[in-house]
Amino acid sequence: MTTLVLDSASRWFGNVVAVNDVSLSIGPGVTGLLGPNGAGKTTLMAMMAGFLAPSAGHVTIDGKPVWRNTEIYRQIGLVPERELSFGYLTGRQFVRANADLHRLPDAAAATERILEEVDMVEPAGRRLDTYSKGMRQRVKIAAALVHDPGVLLLDEPFNGVDPRQRMHLMDLLRRLGDEGRTVLFSSHILEEVERLARHIEVVVSGRHAASGDFGAIRRLMTDRPVQYALKSSDNRTLAAALMAQASVRSVSLRGDHLDVQVDDLGSFAVGLPGLAKQHDVTLYELSPSDESLESVFAYLVAR
Amino acid sequence: MMNATIAKLALQALLGRRRFYLLLAFPVLLIALVSLITALADGDAAFDILPGLGYPLVLPLVAILAASSVLGPEVDDGSIIYLLAKPVSRYGVAISKWVVALAATLTAGALPILVAALITGDSTRAWALFVGALVAGTTYSALFLAISAVTRHAVIASLMFVLIWESLLGNLFTGVAWLSIGQWGLRVGHELSAQLPDPANLTWAILASLVVTAVGVWFAGDRLRSFSLRGED
Repeated sequence: MTTLVLDSASRWFGNVVAVNDVSLSIGPGVTGLLGPNGAGKTTLMAMMAGFLAPSAGHVTIDGKPVWRNTEIYRQIGLVPERELSFGYLTGRQFVRANADLHRLPDAAAATERILEEVDMVEPAGRRLDTYSKGMRQRVKIAAALVHDPGVLLLDEPFNGVDPRQRMHLMDLLRRLGDEGRTVLFSSHILEEVERLARHIEVVVSGRHAASGDFGAIRRLMTDRPVQYALKSSDNRTLAAALMAQASVRSVSLRGDHLDVQVDDLGSFAVGLPGLAKQHDVTLYELSPSDESLESVFAYLVAR
Repeated sequence: MMNATIAKLALQALLGRRRFYLLLAFPVLLIALVSLITALADGDAAFDILPGLGYPLVLPLVAILAASSVLGPEVDDGSIIYLLAKPVSRYGVAISKWVVALAATLTAGALPILVAALITGDSTRAWALFVGALVAGTTYSALFLAISAVTRHAVIASLMFVLIWESLLGNLFTGVAWLSIGQWGLRVGHELSAQLPDPANLTWAILASLVVTAVGVWFAGDRLRSFSLRGED
């Protein structure tokens, strides 16, 4: 049982604030760190892994500081996003080197055990530079887990991994979380985080935007007002009819289409075809105009 | 403090890269050049190459390649964090990597100077040159390791130091000898053979070499202790 705590942690680079006053407590189980690219996830991860000093605040694991404390790595397994440059080593040699660096009493056995765990026994004799992205990712996880740490930190572990391998990795991480480890992974893809993490921390523009189980986060995200662009045979009639709906917040005529802002996504989508039919209007096109993840995040921050 | 796993990985990094062949090219060229001049020219022309070319150029170039190979690429692409995210003293990491760079520098830098000097005859001055090269090679490798730990442009920065400071200014102004690693080595070698130049004070040469070596390795370790990743932000 290991707890990773950020206490009002901030990090700035010159005038640029990358992480702004973030307080988190991450316990056992799988936690997803969600945020758009450039939100400060990597900076946060670097601070949690002891590879960046907080400009203000504290980062601790079970009360012990992470920065400039090499002993803390007995408790941390780190899977960085950047690639391995040890292409001249085989998978087994690489994992073994990690075991040796931890001075494990039986490094050879620990290496084999963890290779088995990530299902990499068969390709372990091959050089790292012959591996696929998913295999490299699994070897990195094996190397991070070989000393049986309480905390596993993974930075964008699914980036560039093909869907089948991704499933495999997710199963692995879920299992590690169920074993009682504190597993934290970062991602900019909501679906990814939702499928794996029970608990989600959202960061946007360096700030801690939301925290909770994925159901709550999902509701926050889907219950926000959504903007639609609508084309029909008679925009003006449809606009009048839409305005009478409880779920519709605003309608505006924009050239050949309508901009509709909707509060409750579900009832709007279900009711729209019936409404159009009732007023004898043919719908040509309905498209969300701000479905990008960035707009979801922007909403969360503005909230 | 020495960590065998780090040293083994550093050695593999050194041998596994194409730079290694470049590292071998310098001593081969030096020996070939000295052999050629010994065969063609009369007198001691060949020997004069060694303090003039071997010391201020071949030795530091080999040291630059060795030091930057054991540390540079890993710092550049950040993959050194795989080694640093371990309960291992960062000074230990620096020392282990330095030992490998030192071994490579002495093997591919100092030893060929001995071989080349023996080709020109007179073994006393050859051994004197070798001892001087051991001193200078040790100091160079520590200095360049420190530079590799600080900047991504370690090779360029180190080359500037060697070409401008040691070679160009060192030949123009005798005072530079007091601050030139190659000259310190020559001064130590001078004790064994008076045929070597006598550029500076012996005590100074020894002390300065020791200080630069110790501070260089310590500084590399200290930089690794504060090694930071900057995200994409």
